[in-house]
Amino acid sequence: MARESFGDRLMVIIIYVFLSLLAITTLYPFLNALAISFNEGMDTSRGGITLWPRVFTLENYGVVFKDERLINGFVISVLRTVVGTIGSILCTAIFAYGMSKRELIGRKYYMIMCIITLYFSGGLIPSFLLIRNLGLMNSFWVFIIPSLVGVWNMIIFRTFFQGLPAGPEESARIDGCGNWGTFFRIVIPLSGPVIATLSLFTAVTHWNEWFLAGIYISDVEKYPIQTILRQILLSNIVTDQGGLDSSALAHMAKVRTITSKSLSMATMMVATLPIITVYPFVQKHFVKGVLVGSLKE
Amino acid sequence: MSQLSVEKSMQPSLPQTQKKKSGLMRFLKQWDLQLMVIPALALVFVFSYIPMYGILISFQDYKIGSSFTSSPWVGFKHFNYFFNSPEFGVVMRNTIVISFLKFLIGFPAPIILALMLNEVRNMAFKRTVQTVTYLPYFMSWVIVGGLVSSLLSVDSGAINMLLERFNLISQPINFLSLPEYFWGILITTNVWKEIGFGSIVYLAAIAGVDPHTYEAASIDGASRFKQIYLITLPSIMPVVTIFMILAIGNLLSAGFEDILILAADKSLRDVSDVIDTYVVRVGIENYRYSFATAVGLFKAVVSVGLLTLANLIARRSGNSLW
Repeated sequence: MARESFGDRLMVIIIYVFLSLLAITTLYPFLNALAISFNEGMDTSRGGITLWPRVFTLENYGVVFKDERLINGFVISVLRTVVGTIGSILCTAIFAYGMSKRELIGRKYYMIMCIITLYFSGGLIPSFLLIRNLGLMNSFWVFIIPSLVGVWNMIIFRTFFQGLPAGPEESARIDGCGNWGTFFRIVIPLSGPVIATLSLFTAVTHWNEWFLAGIYISDVEKYPIQTILRQILLSNIVTDQGGLDSSALAHMAKVRTITSKSLSMATMMVATLPIITVYPFVQKHFVKGVLVGSLKE
Repeated sequence: MSQLSVEKSMQPSLPQTQKKKSGLMRFLKQWDLQLMVIPALALVFVFSYIPMYGILISFQDYKIGSSFTSSPWVGFKHFNYFFNSPEFGVVMRNTIVISFLKFLIGFPAPIILALMLNEVRNMAFKRTVQTVTYLPYFMSWVIVGGLVSSLLSVDSGAINMLLERFNLISQPINFLSLPEYFWGILITTNVWKEIGFGSIVYLAAIAGVDPHTYEAASIDGASRFKQIYLITLPSIMPVVTIFMILAIGNLLSAGFEDILILAADKSLRDVSDVIDTYVVRVGIENYRYSFATAVGLFKAVVSVGLLTLANLIARRSGNSLW
């Protein structure tokens, strides 16, 4: 490696420059939005805000945290993410543990039944009609129940459980533990990494989902924050072209210095906050987790 | 211990007829184990299989409030209507163009990023780039859409400011309402969001290459570029092939959330309408359930066909598409 040719060194330089540019373009929109969210609204509309607020204010966040609709949405999102993740991980792990046992009668047929769902689905409209027939429309449980069992996660859990050492389980059985006891006392404590990874992905999915919430829920008070944010952003786009006033804008007109843009950016930050805070702690796990998932393909 | 060994020794020695009888007994005996899987299977049945059965309504004139089979049967009426409708050409063109562009640019992008990251020897720099590029994957499309529209906005968007500063334009451009920019914005945003995360698997595959191979190559005088081309790339080919097959199976899924978000402007409909968004519009918004289901079924059938075809080609050429 001592004799690097000119071409090699040039290539390395190009790579460093390119990767730096990529990192900057990835980070810039986010930091820019953060700066705008802390900048006075009327001042922002003059343009020129880049990475640092020019006229610092907390007013935008003040409006977000005073807006009942947004607080409500935030609470719904937190509830949905917590209940949905715990419920889904628990149900899926129990399912996977049962499926990991060779003596399970019907195991092969159960597995076929699950794998088919990875390739075929009824599509949007039949699912929508099913949810309606089940009476889940406009109910918080529409966020939780249909996603309780994830087939893909079950397969990852199952692979992990099958790779666990047999020793601890056997000794638990000798001590008189049944399948359920063994699962809760032995298997769960041994499965930290896979539980952490799949919980992260499930939680991110729940936190970020906005579309189904929009079509299954009709009461605005039951919207998660992403769906509300979507409406706010949509109304901005419409008004940019001289469209109709939305309720969000009517609300903002009361507070002079706040524009739709500054409010959207503050809301966006609040809607991303949980991921930004969790992200650094779980990054190590998810890299491993992605590999677990991809090995199964 | 004794329980376990008894169970094991009993199974293989039973004669055929007795085995059947004891099947139910054995099933009941492991009721606690079955209880772990049967409720979950019931959920899979309800939320995956009942909608599959619901596909039947694409051959019916489904009326709201009736069950999946009690509506009048109309055969292929909705399919014929779709194939002959003026939207068919537009929707198919957009679907094919968008998914083809996504595949052409979005598929190699993470591979190139992984190859580049692999050449970086400074670990702190490498880790920083990786951490930063993973980040957008975890943000919702709503947030990404907000960032993009802020970046591209007419009054104070960074892109318009930059272009004006360098005198490339005299008037700010309203990028998100002009059809000619839509495909570019859509693809760029997708690559921006997915590239870092997509590279993880390829980086892992590269990490599995024996370092001695590189040493030997550099002693033989291979330049870094040659090493990438002759060692790294062939080593990750099996992984690339698998992901390519999966991507081809998804070719008709031009996107959904991203298009709904970025093409909020109705003036973009001629370039943004794809099968999935069309299903939402005619199905959910216009209540034409049977018709929308037929359109969705058409897509599913073509997708399964593409997947089978891709797999076949891959197998013929020995797990490689080239």
